[in-house]
Amino acid sequence: MSTISSPTGHQLPEEAIGVLSTDGFIDPTESAKAFVDDATAIDHERVAEMYRLMANTRRIDQEGVNLQRQGQLVLWTPSVGQEAAQAGAVTALEDRDWIFPTYREHVMARGRGIPDENVFDFFRGAVHAGWMPNDYNMQPYTVVLAAQVPHAVGYGWGIAQQQRGWTDARRAKEGRVAIACFGDGASTEGDIHEAMVFAASFDTPVVFFIQNNYWAISTPFEVQSKVPLFKRAQGYGFDGFAVDGNDPIATAAVMDRAVDHARRGGGPVLVEAHTYRMGAHTTADDPTKYRTSEEEAQYAQADPMVRTEQYLRRRFDYTDAFFDEVTGEGEQLAANLREKIVDAPDTISLREKFDLVYAEEHSLVEAQAAAFDRWMEAEDA
Amino acid sequence: MKIFTLPDVGEGLTEADVANWMVKAGDTVAVNQVIAEIETAKSLVEIPSPWAGVVQELYAEVGDTVNVGDNFIAINVTATGDDEEAPQAPLVGTGPKADTPGRRRRRGRPKAAAEVETPVEREPEPEPEPVAEPVKSDLFAKVLAKPPVRKLAKDHGLDLTTITPTGQHGEVTRSDVNAVLKADTPATTSAAPVAAGESETIKVSGVRKATAKAVTESYTSAPHISVFRQVDATRTMEYLETLKKHPRFENVRVSPLLVLAMAVSQAALNTPQANATWHEDTYSLHHYVNLGLAAATKRGLIVPNIKNAHEMNQLQMAQAIQELTSRARDGKTQPAELTGGTITITNIGVLGLDAGTPILNPGESGIIAFGAIRQQPWVVNGQLEPRWITTLGGSFDHRIVDGVEAGAFLADVAAILEEPALLIS
Repeated sequence: MSTISSPTGHQLPEEAIGVLSTDGFIDPTESAKAFVDDATAIDHERVAEMYRLMANTRRIDQEGVNLQRQGQLVLWTPSVGQEAAQAGAVTALEDRDWIFPTYREHVMARGRGIPDENVFDFFRGAVHAGWMPNDYNMQPYTVVLAAQVPHAVGYGWGIAQQQRGWTDARRAKEGRVAIACFGDGASTEGDIHEAMVFAASFDTPVVFFIQNNYWAISTPFEVQSKVPLFKRAQGYGFDGFAVDGNDPIATAAVMDRAVDHARRGGGPVLVEAHTYRMGAHTTADDPTKYRTSEEEAQYAQADPMVRTEQYLRRRFDYTDAFFDEVTGEGEQLAANLREKIVDAPDTISLREKFDLVYAEEHSLVEAQAAAFDRWMEAEDA
Repeated sequence: MKIFTLPDVGEGLTEADVANWMVKAGDTVAVNQVIAEIETAKSLVEIPSPWAGVVQELYAEVGDTVNVGDNFIAINVTATGDDEEAPQAPLVGTGPKADTPGRRRRRGRPKAAAEVETPVEREPEPEPEPVAEPVKSDLFAKVLAKPPVRKLAKDHGLDLTTITPTGQHGEVTRSDVNAVLKADTPATTSAAPVAAGESETIKVSGVRKATAKAVTESYTSAPHISVFRQVDATRTMEYLETLKKHPRFENVRVSPLLVLAMAVSQAALNTPQANATWHEDTYSLHHYVNLGLAAATKRGLIVPNIKNAHEMNQLQMAQAIQELTSRARDGKTQPAELTGGTITITNIGVLGLDAGTPILNPGESGIIAFGAIRQQPWVVNGQLEPRWITTLGGSFDHRIVDGVEAGAFLADVAAILEEPALLIS
């Protein structure tokens, strides 16, 4: 099992559920007993789908950094290193379930079929949200830390109201779940506490899905919490699991069970996926200022892409043909994206944005718009 | 030809320094090939080429500061055919407009973005003719350099023979001269000569701002007392000559700073008041030494420290000093090195200064200024002799250190400089 110890002292907690070794062998952790059968029963099609989502996202991720450096994006938030956790989670959901993301859930957006250019329009600053949430049952990326988590719980509360009196069979077939994504940094926000108390009180069908990537920008996890985050669930009164988030089949198996539990009216569940942010927090961040290259090199060994590829080759005899095809697909996606994004016109002017803040008239925004007009006139004069 | 203007690679950055060019005029580049490294207030960032083509012109030199939105590189784009003359406006970002008053470019051609609306088509600089036998500079008594480079060196009082040439034919290049200037000039001075009779306004940012804040806080909160002591360091100079020849010290730099660092570390244990931290109601005497060394780096003044310097022997200390200064010079100082210091040395002698009243590094109670060591007439046993004399200066936090402790501390340091054999004790 891949217990990579970091120079900052972080280790996978002993309760973490892991099935695959860093090189793709089945080598379960002590705590994985109850999940090994489920994880290894995941068929090759789902593992391959997860791999495809991960690989294509990583290729587009790289293009995101390049396009930002070329002045085409305001910002980019790399998800490199966290792909397996997201792939395991998104493939555990039904299309009717709702995702409440942060700003880094690129694999989940791909899993929902959101076109890359829609995601990138958001990072161009060209649109308020890159996609219509109702088209994909995925909320817009939320940059305000933890703000989406009370939303998810509120949405889950609505689901609970609608499904009151449903039989277990109907819940299993038609029931819906909200998944609240956040990170170790956001776990410290007050919103999270309120959301968890509320979710427990009203048995809302919500899965709190934490990607613990060990770094809240420059603050290491050790400073964020003295205990692994999954342990907090017990204090609120629901179940919490820790999983090796760089292991796609372990994450998928744990998420399958968590989602099923919430879907059948069992109330909220917390899943803490231990992963690692291999890249910068955003393109405006320089991780060399707060962590060592030795640490990064150590975590490079736990790269989820390597593990997933090795597992597909060993267990399911996948060959170069498949991996080459995926690589080619990624290149094509990157080229298409580039064509759509480079020098793309703004879809809306800055002035027009004032009119779209509120549906009704709003005196403060009107005053701001008037000030903006005066400033523009002064600039022109 | 397309012109790529510098984008805002962070959130709300207005400028960046060119740290490195990976391409030159005439080079063929591919999309996303790294063309340059730039250093912003936040980080060192690689810039990938937005287009495939042939590099036509670089608009800035290494070390130049470029405003967001200014021309950065011109590329003759392949396959498109049509020439786009106008610079591409930064599509996104919060960079200033071309006429926003910002910091002027420090060096390089004075060319504001507004002036290059219609860039003059230039031939790419022709590749130098391949020379069958490269001319080596050491074949001639004189140094090879182009006239503008000679002028640049002369204007700054630099002797070309002292500069390591890196040019293709052994000539001293502009970058070589700039590298020496950069190493010699404190980062605070602006190199661009402003016309006589004008003032130059420089925005306070980065390390300059941090330094300003730290020294103001330290100077206004800690009542400083400064004392001096002249020391005959002749034995130290002789001792260093011996040390330099010792095989164990073959690969490390041995300098008077080494002896001083050893001396200060020992003296700090003897007089912990000089190695202390004031907390208003209490103060801490540190019975260990994290020895700070003030270092002038490209980004400004920083004070990294050597942890547990009091436990080190001379070889370990020499290595620690060497590693700390080379990391500082390369801009690779780790954050941990900048915190937890207990006492500081500022080696003002390398600047040719004899004495000074340094300001305490915040949170510390002692700082030693090490003056230049000069041969001076000195009375030894009633006879006038030429000796190597230096001045030790120190500033101390008077809330903890009185004249007695300051005197005792400097006496300990001076004793070792006068007789480094005491280090063995």
